[in-house]
Amino acid sequence: MSLKTTTLAVAKDEAIRGRETVVRRTLDRLGVIGVIAAVVLAAIVIAAAFATWLAPADPNAPDLFAALSGPTSAHLLGADALGRDILSRLMHGAQVTLAGPGLVILLSTIVGTALALVAAWCGGRVDAVIVWVLDILFAVPGIVFALIAVAIWGPSLFTVVCGLAVAYIPYVARVVRGAALRERNLPYVSAAWLQGHSGFGITTTQILRNVQPIVIAQAVSSLGFAVIDLAAVSFLGLGVQPPTADLGLMVKSGFDSTLRGHPGEAIAAGTLIVLIVWCVTVLGDRLTSTARSMS
Amino acid sequence: MSFASFLLRRSGGLLLVLLVTSFLVFGLLYLAPGSPLAFILGPRGGTPEQIAAVTEQYHLNDPFIVRYIAWLGDLVQGDLGRSLVYRQPVGDLLISRAGTTAALVSLAAVIIAVVGIIAGTWAALRGGWVDQVVSTLAAIGLSTPVFVVGVALISLFAVGLGWFPTFGVGTGGLDTLWHLFLPAVALSVASAAYLARITKTAVNEERTREHVQTATVRGLAPGLIVRRHVLRNALIPITTVLGLTVATLIAGAVVVENVFALDGLGSLLVKAILQRDFAVVQAVVLVLVVAFVVVNAIVDVLYTFIDPRISLGSRQ
Repeated sequence: MSLKTTTLAVAKDEAIRGRETVVRRTLDRLGVIGVIAAVVLAAIVIAAAFATWLAPADPNAPDLFAALSGPTSAHLLGADALGRDILSRLMHGAQVTLAGPGLVILLSTIVGTALALVAAWCGGRVDAVIVWVLDILFAVPGIVFALIAVAIWGPSLFTVVCGLAVAYIPYVARVVRGAALRERNLPYVSAAWLQGHSGFGITTTQILRNVQPIVIAQAVSSLGFAVIDLAAVSFLGLGVQPPTADLGLMVKSGFDSTLRGHPGEAIAAGTLIVLIVWCVTVLGDRLTSTARSMS
Repeated sequence: MSFASFLLRRSGGLLLVLLVTSFLVFGLLYLAPGSPLAFILGPRGGTPEQIAAVTEQYHLNDPFIVRYIAWLGDLVQGDLGRSLVYRQPVGDLLISRAGTTAALVSLAAVIIAVVGIIAGTWAALRGGWVDQVVSTLAAIGLSTPVFVVGVALISLFAVGLGWFPTFGVGTGGLDTLWHLFLPAVALSVASAAYLARITKTAVNEERTREHVQTATVRGLAPGLIVRRHVLRNALIPITTVLGLTVATLIAGAVVVENVFALDGLGSLLVKAILQRDFAVVQAVVLVLVVAFVVVNAIVDVLYTFIDPRISLGSRQ
């Protein structure tokens, strides 16, 4: 009994110490700037996710007397041309600006990784066809895909997300295919094959697990580009439609106010986009260098 | 590989890519909901004779593959179809606007090359606070979308200080250059930041190489070492990135032209999408894809001039 408690206590102690080293190692990898980026991004994500409760005002409620006012006690960041509270619109807009690109990356990562694993495992003709398809996708610039999708199905957030997801597939697939090809030639794969495991099983359980850091690093790195592309399409008026709050749209409407001498909304929305992209890019860079040093 | 066979292979690849993209673009727009009839005849519709005439004129009743081949045949003969909105041949629309986009992209490419290479080399050679400043600026530049830079530049330099015109392309010559300067800067910020980063890494890598150490030990002038031994070798990654960047500028131009109200291919594309003018959409997308692929091919040729060790067609 006493022996058991001691072992348990020791195990618990080790677990805590293990957790401490994991935290320490993560902090070491991130560096000072990485920690700052992670904290800022976490704050933005929380502010966006709980915008309904945290936002000081209704993002769509016009207060015409406050229209184009600078920062006041009622509107901390001022109000836009329709008198809507800019801070509240930023918090609600960040939802779309984060969730849309997140969906783009999720879709393209799933499809791209699947294509890459199939290409790497099958090799030969299957590989050649997949590489050929990816090369053709590469020949069309990302934002043009989104515009084609909009031309067909009309402007909406979902259309743009689908178009961009297709555009990002080749970037994921190329990186993952390279990594999976290296794994495929390692002895553990042939060992598993000799033990009678199926190609599907080896690929999904073992190769996928080993290329996972690279997949995640690639996904985070691309997220920054997706934020920029999606915001740009919204800015052009082809993505998110008003009155939904979106950071790209806010820069657009803020641009019109800027021309009349009120740059507040454009500065606020533009800064928030830059901040989000900067945080994501810093984290992506750190993850990529970690994934490279591991493989 | 000889130059001729390289050229042949690249143009073969280009044709194949074009064939597939044209099929996809045509096919997707064919599947798009809404009939061109409704657009041409207006909301009131038309008499059965008018409908028949329009159907005949635009071959709306032919099966998909026949229409695709007919469209492709016209394309090969240089006929891109007629715009439903502008009521004029798409080719004429494109030619009058392609110049603006080409000028914008070239000006931006020059800015990117000059600023990126100088800033990157400077940061690598001086190190210390110069490196810190360049790296920080590059990180911010990389995170800033084109349209945010555009809006910032317009409010600061055009509206605020009044140094530059806000919109339009001007009247040609130096005036156009003056009008295109802010848009080109907006277009080049992110790419210049990226190029500076790549240049810094490449120069730092080359500086530690043995041939550079040998040159230093032999007492050659530092400026000569940097130019002949370091930069010359660092040009390979720099050209790769610069080429890929110019290709992405073509897409970035779509956004910039809309911010600065320039009359280029990008603003034409966005307008055509909103007005569902499909002949124009197809043509502009094809032109963008061709430009993208051709620029990439040119980069491949440039490699062999910069580094004779690389043979044509082999990518390192």
